[in-house]
Amino acid sequence: MNTKKISDGIWYLLLAGALVLPFIPGGIENTFHGHVLTMVFLYASMAQAWNIISGYCGQTSFGHAVFFGIGAYGAAMAVVQFNSLPWYGAPVGALVAALVSIPISAPCFRLKGHYFAIATFAIVEIFNRLFMIWDWVGGAIGLDYPILEDGWRNFSWSSDKTGYYLGALFLFALVFGVVRWIDSHRMGYYLRAVREGQETAESLGVNSSLVKLSAMALSAGLAGLCGAFFAQYNYRVDPPMVMSLDMSMKFVLITILGGLGTFWGPLLGAAVLIPLQEYTRAYLAHLGSGVDLIIFGLIIIYTMIRQPTGIMGLIRGLAPRGRDASNDGGDR
Amino acid sequence: MNHFLQVLFDGLLNGLVYALVAAGLSMIWGVMDVINFAHGEFLMVGMYVSYWIGFFLDVDPLFSWIASGAFLFIMGAATYRLIIRNSLGKSAMAPLLATFGLSMVLKNFCMNRFTPNFRLLSGTVLEGKTISVGGAILSVPQLATAAFALVLLACLYWMLKRTRLGWAIQATAMDSEAAELMGIRTENIYLLVFGIGGACVGITGGLMTSYLAVYPEVGSLFSLIAFVVVALGGFGSIPGALLAAIIIGLVESFTGFYVAAVVKYAAVFAVYLAVILIRPKGLFGW
Repeated sequence: MNTKKISDGIWYLLLAGALVLPFIPGGIENTFHGHVLTMVFLYASMAQAWNIISGYCGQTSFGHAVFFGIGAYGAAMAVVQFNSLPWYGAPVGALVAALVSIPISAPCFRLKGHYFAIATFAIVEIFNRLFMIWDWVGGAIGLDYPILEDGWRNFSWSSDKTGYYLGALFLFALVFGVVRWIDSHRMGYYLRAVREGQETAESLGVNSSLVKLSAMALSAGLAGLCGAFFAQYNYRVDPPMVMSLDMSMKFVLITILGGLGTFWGPLLGAAVLIPLQEYTRAYLAHLGSGVDLIIFGLIIIYTMIRQPTGIMGLIRGLAPRGRDASNDGGDR
Repeated sequence: MNHFLQVLFDGLLNGLVYALVAAGLSMIWGVMDVINFAHGEFLMVGMYVSYWIGFFLDVDPLFSWIASGAFLFIMGAATYRLIIRNSLGKSAMAPLLATFGLSMVLKNFCMNRFTPNFRLLSGTVLEGKTISVGGAILSVPQLATAAFALVLLACLYWMLKRTRLGWAIQATAMDSEAAELMGIRTENIYLLVFGIGGACVGITGGLMTSYLAVYPEVGSLFSLIAFVVVALGGFGSIPGALLAAIIIGLVESFTGFYVAAVVKYAAVFAVYLAVILIRPKGLFGW
């Protein structure tokens, strides 16, 4: 049994299990754990989208809230302003997010280290303020959904939320599927080559600018799709909700906690952080506001001190044969 | 014309305060290549220290900045000992994200303990005093803070350029291994730099309570502006930070007045991006 087979096995088992769950009574419907599972799949997808450019390709972006936000506005604008269906808005939003990411990131890729990080922070703030004063997209008030009929057509459910769960599962399968494909094909090798050494990669004939830009566009487009789902799920959208530094940091933190540049990292990170946050918020509410975020912060500090390679690093450390963690290629 | 002068002075005064906030960040960045993400939250803590001292002990911010500066010096040094030292060198992102975690803890701790309410000290010595310069009205507390910031920046610059300690800090920034071999205890330099970085915001925060309300989110905007100032000025450069902070302060006040208050920060960040794309390492960077 090699690692690839094990990884494939886990992947199909997971998908099958997740697909069967809604058919068990009390599995999803309108339960709290149904909500938590939906959020786990959503945030895992977001983190995996971010992982393409920042994990596999090594360009740490703090600007993904912009693309997430554009996707969210795509779906919301279709429903609220155009009385249309989110099915049209979501792909348009994702496409716009991908297109917007190219002129934004092309000049930023010239910046090194912290300068790149700070430039991406600044971009989030610029978009946030511009959307705040842009009346066509609802300005600071944002867009509130009207009351719509439940069902797949409007992608909205008010009582039985199984539809949202299946939607998030589909998103998860799509984003993770794309990354699985990339990982084992030529593109994956290009991405890792650019991460490990841009000059070396170029000397071997890899067009590093093209690789970085296409990875960014793909990552932004997928983040946009996640944003569209987020708008549908929350039934509203406004600039601080989707285009904020805090939202950008969620992409970063979940992936890093799980394991940067690894296939399973984003899922593991989301599977630990999201339930932790949701349940502490629900059960520690009597301690006052912010306790969930204090715990979140402490976990991040602890992880960065003790286990900066995240949960994947921990698992690899436990593996008896001790696969060489630095080799990597097919990080699975 | 009066408007113009007023807007100009507002921008300058804000810029000087930003410069002192950014100076601490800049030193840490320059010496250790670490971004302290909790810098804005340090400022917030400094403001709370000064506020509570003023509230319970009736000490004016004109004096309590000593306490908030000392408190933040210790907090900065402790952050280095407990968090930074243990996350340095593990991955490029580890110290940045660890301090982001710290910022979440500090912000939400204050939210939890002190509520999100805005708190402003009343009855301070300089409260409500203004002076008029050529038709522009300047608030004395703000003027005092800016003047203080300028003096402190000058001291900091003098310390870096003219004292043995400053030379040791510069040597560590240039090449920590070589500095270590020359007999500089780089570990102590790092500790001290983090302490000084904390003290800079602690003092600024302490003084600012005389004219700004304190609330848990107050640091967020300041930290973003400080990042931009440092990157615009070029890391580790105090004159760079001063110039960049004044540019940022002026852009903020002019667009705030002549365009719209909401877009002033969008303009600030846009100017930053425009400059950084022409000079990728900032105005004074090397």
